[in-house]
Amino acid sequence: MADTSAIHIRDLVVGFGEKIILDHLDLDVNEGEILGLVGASGGGKSVLMRTLVGLLPKRSGQIDFAGDSDDERRWGVLFQQGALFSALTARQNIQFPLRECARLSPGLLDEIADAKLEMVGLTREDGDKYPSELSGGMTKRVALARALALDPSLLFLDEPTSGLDPIAAGEFDALIRTLHRTLRFTVFMVTHDLNSLQAICDRVAALADGRIAAIGRLSSVLKSDHPWVQAYFHGARAQKLGLGN
Amino acid sequence: MLNAPALTADTEDPRALTARGAWNVSNVELLERLCERAAGAQIGSIDLRRVTALDTVGAWLLERLARGGATRAALTGADGPYGDLLEEVRGLNRAGPIERRSVNAVLQRLDQLGRSSRRLASDSAAFLHMLGAFSAALLGILRHPRSFRLTSTVYQLGRVGWQAVPIMALITFLIGAIIAQQGIFHFRRFGAESYVVDMVGILVLREIGVLIVAIMVAGRSGSAYTAEIGAMKMREEIDALSTMGLDPVAVLILPRILALVVALPILAFLGSLAALYGGGLIAWLYGGMSPAIFIARLHDAVSVTHFEVGIIKAPFMALVIGLVAAVEGLSVKGSAESLGQQTTASVVKSIFLVIVLDGLFAVFFASIGM
Repeated sequence: MADTSAIHIRDLVVGFGEKIILDHLDLDVNEGEILGLVGASGGGKSVLMRTLVGLLPKRSGQIDFAGDSDDERRWGVLFQQGALFSALTARQNIQFPLRECARLSPGLLDEIADAKLEMVGLTREDGDKYPSELSGGMTKRVALARALALDPSLLFLDEPTSGLDPIAAGEFDALIRTLHRTLRFTVFMVTHDLNSLQAICDRVAALADGRIAAIGRLSSVLKSDHPWVQAYFHGARAQKLGLGN
Repeated sequence: MLNAPALTADTEDPRALTARGAWNVSNVELLERLCERAAGAQIGSIDLRRVTALDTVGAWLLERLARGGATRAALTGADGPYGDLLEEVRGLNRAGPIERRSVNAVLQRLDQLGRSSRRLASDSAAFLHMLGAFSAALLGILRHPRSFRLTSTVYQLGRVGWQAVPIMALITFLIGAIIAQQGIFHFRRFGAESYVVDMVGILVLREIGVLIVAIMVAGRSGSAYTAEIGAMKMREEIDALSTMGLDPVAVLILPRILALVVALPILAFLGSLAALYGGGLIAWLYGGMSPAIFIARLHDAVSVTHFEVGIIKAPFMALVIGLVAAVEGLSVKGSAESLGQQTTASVVKSIFLVIVLDGLFAVFFASIGM
């Protein structure tokens, strides 16, 4: 299995002070899939993602990425609030990683940025706007374009649809689906959005008590008898979406 | 390098090119050169079967090359994922290159001049608007004294007044000492050392004491006001207040400006004392003038008028600093950069206005003979 997993996590322990957040966690993310991670608020979803991208130190355990060479280890991260650089325009934000990691001529740099803007469903005119002038959905799109600037093989999404209205969230899900089909990256997605889980995730992992309580297709995770997973997927809100039973 | 990208004409037909290697962002410099070289000639087709890696940048370069000629070149031989990517890129950037307008330098200057004079006008309008809102809030309090926020005012008074005393006293003490030392050093040549007392006394009480303190307050408290109000603006706290039917000027700005108006004269008074003390100390240690003589001469040299001239200015300076800080704080936009800009603008403008105000007062007092 090792050669088909994009991220290979074994025995991962992360904690702050006395508190253990991730307790000997094992997880494999397959190459090319969209994995959705669910879990209670404060249960360590974001901690897991931040550990994977290297923002938090791990206590012990092992994290391996596929093709662990210097060149291939490029990943894109979409932060919950977008994390666009407020001093740069949308276009400059997208160009930033390109400018830092590759030497493109200014003309090509503009063309690539415009192409990326168009790929995430924005116009060239939007490229001249500053982050403070963008709506929530547009911010997420620009942030996605920036995360995709270097065509990463691995994309981390932290609550990509939070703060979006259902229509915008649905459109964003569709966008991720489309881009996933053309660019063929692996997606590790932290989400609370049951619709997203249903619509775009190939597999779903449920994080409870610092471990992966259940993982697999949504239908098989639904059958898990872990109490938290039961409560999450069979609660009133999930019932309305027709997930339970 | 096995994966080095290349673009060559392998068959007899010079219009049929073959691309090979990794067409991705890591090789972008090489790719751009290859494409520039190939772009001159008419291209019939590009065979992509030997391409080992393709990303958006590579796909766009190929697409651009394909569009380049009079007729569109065919991109052939791309399988599965690369085909999808090329298909996606094919629809992008259809609007043509961005036009970069060249601007006449003279016109640009004129444009800047126009913009900055309009900004000056709108800044003045904003200042007057804030003065009006402040006065209205003040009148509102006179009508309903119970709506006055005493706790907030006292808290702000502690911050901008009480906590500022040590640094203000230290700075003015040093300024007084420096003026006295310079005076003694230069007056000694004419044997007029004793006039240092007159100079220090009049200068400190009329001008330096209040001016230095006002500038320090603008830098210390004015900037803090702007940053606080600006951060509240960014986090929509100001809007929240408005929706609760409260006037942000009365709740946030009035207590701050009132605290400043009360604190600045007190600080200026203490600062003047510290400066006189510094001057006296230097006159004693450096000029050899005993404290008793210094005090006696000071008594002759300065009158209450000098002190009045200085201290009358203080509340007006405080008002200007507070109003500028509030205006700049409220004009903060969403970004962190804007907060920094407005804070800088607040300090620069309030120091400038304080000095202008001091000049106007000097003219005024001269004309009424004070």
